[in-house]
Amino acid sequence: MTDDSDAALPGAESVPRSGARAVDADASGDKWAEARGLIDGWKGGVNIAHEALDRHVAAGHGDEIAIRWLGKSGERRDLSYAELTAQANRFANVLASHGLAAGDSVFAMAGRVPELYAAALGTLKAGLIFTPLFSAFGPEPVRTRMEIGDANVLVTTESIYRRKIAAWAHEIETLKLVLILGDTAPEGCVALAPAMAAASPEFETVATRPEDPALIHFTSGTTGKPKGAVHVHNAVRYHTFSGRVALGLEPGVTYWCTADPGWVTGTSYGIISPLVNRVTMLIDEAEFDLQRWYSLVQDEKVEVWYSAPTAIRMMMREGSEAAKPFDFSALKFLASVGEPLNPEAVLWSAEVFGQPFHDNWWQTETGGIMIANCPGAEVRPGSMGKPLPGIEAGIVARADGKIRALGTGEIGELAFRPGWPSMMRAYLHEQARYDKCFVDGWYLSGDLAMRDSEGYYWFVGRADDLIKSSGHLIGPFEVESALIEHDTVAEAGVIGIPDETAGEVVKAYVTLNPGFEASDALERDIRGHARKKLGPAVAPREIVFRKTLPKTRSGKIMRRLLKARELGLPEGDISTLETDET
Amino acid sequence: MTAADYRAIFLAELCRIAPDIDPETVGDGDHIQDDLGLDSMDVLNLVVALHDRLGVDIPEKDYPQIATPTLASDYLSRNV
Repeated sequence: MTDDSDAALPGAESVPRSGARAVDADASGDKWAEARGLIDGWKGGVNIAHEALDRHVAAGHGDEIAIRWLGKSGERRDLSYAELTAQANRFANVLASHGLAAGDSVFAMAGRVPELYAAALGTLKAGLIFTPLFSAFGPEPVRTRMEIGDANVLVTTESIYRRKIAAWAHEIETLKLVLILGDTAPEGCVALAPAMAAASPEFETVATRPEDPALIHFTSGTTGKPKGAVHVHNAVRYHTFSGRVALGLEPGVTYWCTADPGWVTGTSYGIISPLVNRVTMLIDEAEFDLQRWYSLVQDEKVEVWYSAPTAIRMMMREGSEAAKPFDFSALKFLASVGEPLNPEAVLWSAEVFGQPFHDNWWQTETGGIMIANCPGAEVRPGSMGKPLPGIEAGIVARADGKIRALGTGEIGELAFRPGWPSMMRAYLHEQARYDKCFVDGWYLSGDLAMRDSEGYYWFVGRADDLIKSSGHLIGPFEVESALIEHDTVAEAGVIGIPDETAGEVVKAYVTLNPGFEASDALERDIRGHARKKLGPAVAPREIVFRKTLPKTRSGKIMRRLLKARELGLPEGDISTLETDET
Repeated sequence: MTAADYRAIFLAELCRIAPDIDPETVGDGDHIQDDLGLDSMDVLNLVVALHDRLGVDIPEKDYPQIATPTLASDYLSRNV
């Protein structure tokens, strides 16, 4: 990384300069020249949807299949690049007809249906900002994110709207339009199908500038509210490049990313990267089902498969026998992300599929894959691989506002030299939290890792209290906040405990208000409350009662101590402990 | 045990794992994921709970056969 990209730090304010500089540097051997060569640019700027759709149609590839959608009940629908472009255009026209314009914000919350993809791409075409929400979220995480993100438009299903949103939608002051998938809509909402049918299939993609915001992905924080990581249109350079280099996405490849588009993987590598690289992507509406998945990989002749450790471990539970009847010979490359893939799963997959799942590492903030076991490179089972070309990674320690790079075999925080195109440009309305991610010319990831003598990186753990469950990053604060809304709960401390399938599961420690007694019935009532508020993916799977929780002098609950005790680990420095757990 | 007994056990374990569900409102044909909102970890925990309670091994390929109370009570009647 060049010195001047360090000078751009910290702060989002410096971002436009950083983007401009990256372009200026091209003449002098820009390391991202290869990435730029994979996209066309649009009217002097960059628009993700132009790269994903328009240019392929213009180049005569409109008849190639962009999406092969497999419905829950066995439906099957192919959408060519030309058809998907027309759908995205119709969606863009629907937005325009309601007076929405570039810079406005569109939230989407739905299952994996073709309309969701058309909405994402239509939003980008029209220059609006797209934010996906996980459809299994409960009402509380949805509302918090729509408030932080100043949502102007919500695209969702009638069922989700009625169950989770209708009760408070009118309190979101920025919200102008609710689009409901299908032919009918509740009062005050607009049915999307007739609106799309009435809209023109032609739309000229908005000439967005490289640094215009395109996507906001929410990620959890240890304290405080979720953070909205802002990504710009120029990120498409890195989506394209990393998909090519780390996943082997090339025109014509049949590709299946099992991640839900409600999360960053399902967007960067479940919508943008595959389409920009002109693959045929499979979309399965159904949830994980072993027989269905194996049949799908076989019957659709999946060549590149990008999945997650939780799913892979669920396959492992059923053993090699369950896979025996299937023909996986079309598979060329398998990759995994979301949490570290254990060596046993790597070896098992090599045996069953003829080649191993290749682990890689990235996070919401990086916008794209940073470290990977790439196609053609030797896999180290248990390692996340090596930094992608152009990425400068390090293992570092912080001391007195300075960063010290650590050597081979030392455990420290995984960090990167900023400047790659898909890096977040801000946490929405949270400059101070954004600035905290950058110290002394490094972006700090919050993950602890180690680099071996051959340059492979190994995940060690989180540097903070965040919980990784089934690949989802969960902020304990958000869970604790929901728990203490229950009438009986006084205080709550939430940690992740190891789970062989999910990696970690959420466990809560609570104290009760005076006058309430711990009981199984109360445990269920509180857990039910949390599930209703947060959804099953975020709510605790287990709640235990305590008389007091371990706290510091300033009254902060020491989650680290709860976790150390849960795991039977050394308690470490407890000099700040004021009140202990009882 | 009768099919009704298995249905009751299934429902009890279901609501222990997902206490946001009111057992009174669960229909015989309600799908545990699509209608009742369980996620895949919940389903796994349900399978483990049924194993602990009834000693029944439910392989992954049979998960669709416990997807509703009716299917599940039928399946458990045949396999326990």
